[in-house]
Amino acid sequence: MTTVDTNAPATATSDVDYDFHVFEDAHAHDEEHAHETGTMLGFWLYLMSDCLLFGILFAVHAVLGQNYAAGPSPADLFEIDKIALATGFLLLSSITYGFAAINMQQNNARGMTLWLIVTLGFGLGFLYLEYLEFAHLWHLGATPMASAFLSSFWILVGTHGLHVTAGSIWLVVLLVQVRMHGLTPENKRRIMCLSLFWHFLDLIWIGVFSFVYLAGVLL
Amino acid sequence: MSVETDHHDGHSHGSYKSYIIGFLLSVVLTAVPFYVVMAEVEISLIWALAIIFGLGAVQILVHVHYFLHVSVGAEDGWQFMSLLFTAIVLVIILAGSIWVMFHLHENMMPAHDTIERVRQLQ
Repeated sequence: MTTVDTNAPATATSDVDYDFHVFEDAHAHDEEHAHETGTMLGFWLYLMSDCLLFGILFAVHAVLGQNYAAGPSPADLFEIDKIALATGFLLLSSITYGFAAINMQQNNARGMTLWLIVTLGFGLGFLYLEYLEFAHLWHLGATPMASAFLSSFWILVGTHGLHVTAGSIWLVVLLVQVRMHGLTPENKRRIMCLSLFWHFLDLIWIGVFSFVYLAGVLL
Repeated sequence: MSVETDHHDGHSHGSYKSYIIGFLLSVVLTAVPFYVVMAEVEISLIWALAIIFGLGAVQILVHVHYFLHVSVGAEDGWQFMSLLFTAIVLVIILAGSIWVMFHLHENMMPAHDTIERVRQLQ
């Protein structure tokens, strides 16, 4: 008897709670607002998990980076002038993406598209330089199989390169989307997500050129 | 209109001025370490490494502020708190790995000598 009595009010209150939620969701404007910020925060949390991924690869390189196994060392392999050029490309692509974001805020689709194409150009330039470097290393026999240093180097720099490749493909897809549908709220949200992603990759590259290339050549 | 107000609530996107300030700071903070290495400036190894890592850390902060627009108030504080959490975990992973593996390396030295000796026999 008593169990029935206690159950009855419990189900009643949970029903009320449920109705309350449905009522909240029915507010179209509120829902849109929550969805907008939720996506940006969710994407930010993805970037933080990506940050941990790169942190672990940096830790691996810190541990294994001096084990040359009688093979080539950073001072033998790395051409710092080309790394400086690649760094410049990535830094320029960061500021041009910033200009694209400002144009997007002003609803200037044409200006935004132009700046995004410039960004894509710098991104592809960076990838081309990285491809040349990897091809050169492979040609020299400095493959990931050669030593623990080269294994950790290829996985760290390669993972960053894959991210830039994915970002470039995403950028092309967004350019097509904006051309087809214009600057809709959805497209704006996507462009702001890619903006975070792109600036984040430039931030990771600071760690790569400082730690892997510059410190690597000195040590 | 609602989208505009959303952005003012959650994120600031900066202006041309803030992007250019961030860019110029980044150029200086990148150029100095590259100059130290490429021009083979006559300073001790410790100082050169301190310049590379010190300016690298400052540049990361510059990017976080001027390009990623992280602020303490954004997303009701979740953005900054998640960044802080990630930074703490990263420090533990990096400092812990380097510290532990350095000591392991030291203690494994005899075995390393043995490997070298065997290699020379071949």
